[in-house]
Amino acid sequence: MAVSVGEAVSAGPAGDRTPPARRFGGRGRSVLEVVLLAVLAVVMLFPALWMIETSIKENRDVYAIPAKFFDFTVTMDHFRDVFVASGGTRSALSVSFLNSVVVAGVSTVLATVLGVPAAWAYSRFAVRAKKDQLFFILSTRFMPPVVVVIPIFLMYRQVGLIDTKLGLILIYAAFNVPFTIWMMKGFVDEVPAEYEDAAMLDGYTRLQAFWKFTLPLLLPGIAATAVFALIFSWNEFVFAIFLTSSDTVRTAPPAIAGLIGGTTVDWGLVAAASVVFALPVLVFAYLVRRHLVAGVTLGAVRR
Amino acid sequence: MSDPVPSVIDHPGRAASAAPPAPGRSSRLSDRLLAVAFTSPALLLLLAMSVFPLLWALYLSFTDYSATRGGPAAFVGLENYTAILTSAQVRLRALTTLIYVVGAVALQTVLGFSIAYLISRRTHGRGLLTTLFLVPMMLSPVVVGLFWRFMLDAQFGVINSMLGSLGLGQVEWLTRQRTALISLIVVDTWQWTPFIMLIALAGLTAVPKYLYEAASIDRASEWFRFRTITLPLVWPLLLIAVLFRAIEAFRLFDLVYILTSGGPGVSTETLSFHVYKVAFLGFNTGTASAYGILMVVIVIVLTQLYLRYLNKLKED
Repeated sequence: MAVSVGEAVSAGPAGDRTPPARRFGGRGRSVLEVVLLAVLAVVMLFPALWMIETSIKENRDVYAIPAKFFDFTVTMDHFRDVFVASGGTRSALSVSFLNSVVVAGVSTVLATVLGVPAAWAYSRFAVRAKKDQLFFILSTRFMPPVVVVIPIFLMYRQVGLIDTKLGLILIYAAFNVPFTIWMMKGFVDEVPAEYEDAAMLDGYTRLQAFWKFTLPLLLPGIAATAVFALIFSWNEFVFAIFLTSSDTVRTAPPAIAGLIGGTTVDWGLVAAASVVFALPVLVFAYLVRRHLVAGVTLGAVRR
Repeated sequence: MSDPVPSVIDHPGRAASAAPPAPGRSSRLSDRLLAVAFTSPALLLLLAMSVFPLLWALYLSFTDYSATRGGPAAFVGLENYTAILTSAQVRLRALTTLIYVVGAVALQTVLGFSIAYLISRRTHGRGLLTTLFLVPMMLSPVVVGLFWRFMLDAQFGVINSMLGSLGLGQVEWLTRQRTALISLIVVDTWQWTPFIMLIALAGLTAVPKYLYEAASIDRASEWFRFRTITLPLVWPLLLIAVLFRAIEAFRLFDLVYILTSGGPGVSTETLSFHVYKVAFLGFNTGTASAYGILMVVIVIVLTQLYLRYLNKLKED
């Protein structure tokens, strides 16, 4: 497989598949294709744009019928409400954002610390039934969360991890370890094992060789993998809503979902909270765009 | 450290300096130890957080345990399983899930592949286009669900507003039985079409150009080229993407929870949403566990299929 998204995403010299005026009518077709693409792009992007627009509209414009597309009053009130409660204190939403940062951050570190060495071992050594082990590892990631959460809930209730950040961190780490191993194994495979062999000839032990020579070469891959793990944990909802309940522990996804619980819904606030929540993900996703194919297939399909 | 690449001269040197079998065995032994030391923490975490809970669920599935009632669980044998497999309710949910999975994945595949094909034929702005198209996929299902719920609102939703200005009637997207399931499919399609597009695009850009050049020398028609070159080369990768999406759609819970909560009635209640209701609203933990185990079996079958194709793809 020599598939490269880097090629697709970075607008490099994309080859000369369409020589100018190849065939009569080729131009008309090309225009048609561009128009079609533009229409599709507008359809796909409209909801995201509408969300941004709603987040900066005044309330009466949010609920205007027919909907106002351009002539609305711009306000930043909703964004202020995301972070500041009516009394001038910190809002419950901003606390949940902080919780999300902590939970996603720590679980990602944990998954990376556990996953990277395992990936290296799976790549370098003849582990017994290696393929079966790797397949088993990936299949744990495919378990339906709503099923897994039932016994996890009972388990956490026994050991007092219900409604704690540690509980969420552990389950997110377990959920990201299979991904980290699969993704990182691909990166380790790309570093020639000969580097370590050479270092060992120079008197280093295998462990030192890994630490001094392979690990530095893996850093970009580790960064990309960690960013994906971070996105998965950040976006996760099912475990968060069933395993936590109090405002001081709850992460952002259930907190934002909780905004529509009442009889009236402040859609401006929902939109602003969603924008604040989604922005870091989009920035991070842009940073790892070269590894997107591997990332979204949980490391299974390599570039 | 002078040169990381071993030179040929090094080898006889090493062979002479040490007795051959001893270092080989000890270093192999320490390799084994290292492998165990490096893989076991990750495996232990998985055992504790994935395997053990599933085994517990398996045990509970043979009992009448209830998480709220507490007390000891009585063993009921296969009762939970027979109750589920003979239930008309469950059959209805299975049908809903099937319609949703097949409908959404089919739509995503057709749309995603078309967009990828159109993008791959462009020479300029491919990077920008791809990035823009990928936005929905990176959003949390919570954000997607909430936002579409607002847009599909019967009263002040923007979709009905646009339909109104086009002179069309208003649709109660999320509050009518039939349209609710369609809405769910549409929203899922909106979010995951980029996924198929991304994978298909990766496949399309990997098709060697000389094949097209050879075909155009032979004056092969566009359709012929698509059918005999593009499709067969992209198909294996596309199949992986489709299977992956099918598993994900089968597991889906959050979007249903946010968008429709299974309603109106039970029209959008998929299997995974039903498990939630049995477990957390009905508190029949035993039945819910049996249900969960059956779902896990389906997921395992699908995953095996997926991994087998993946393996085949890798070996080629």
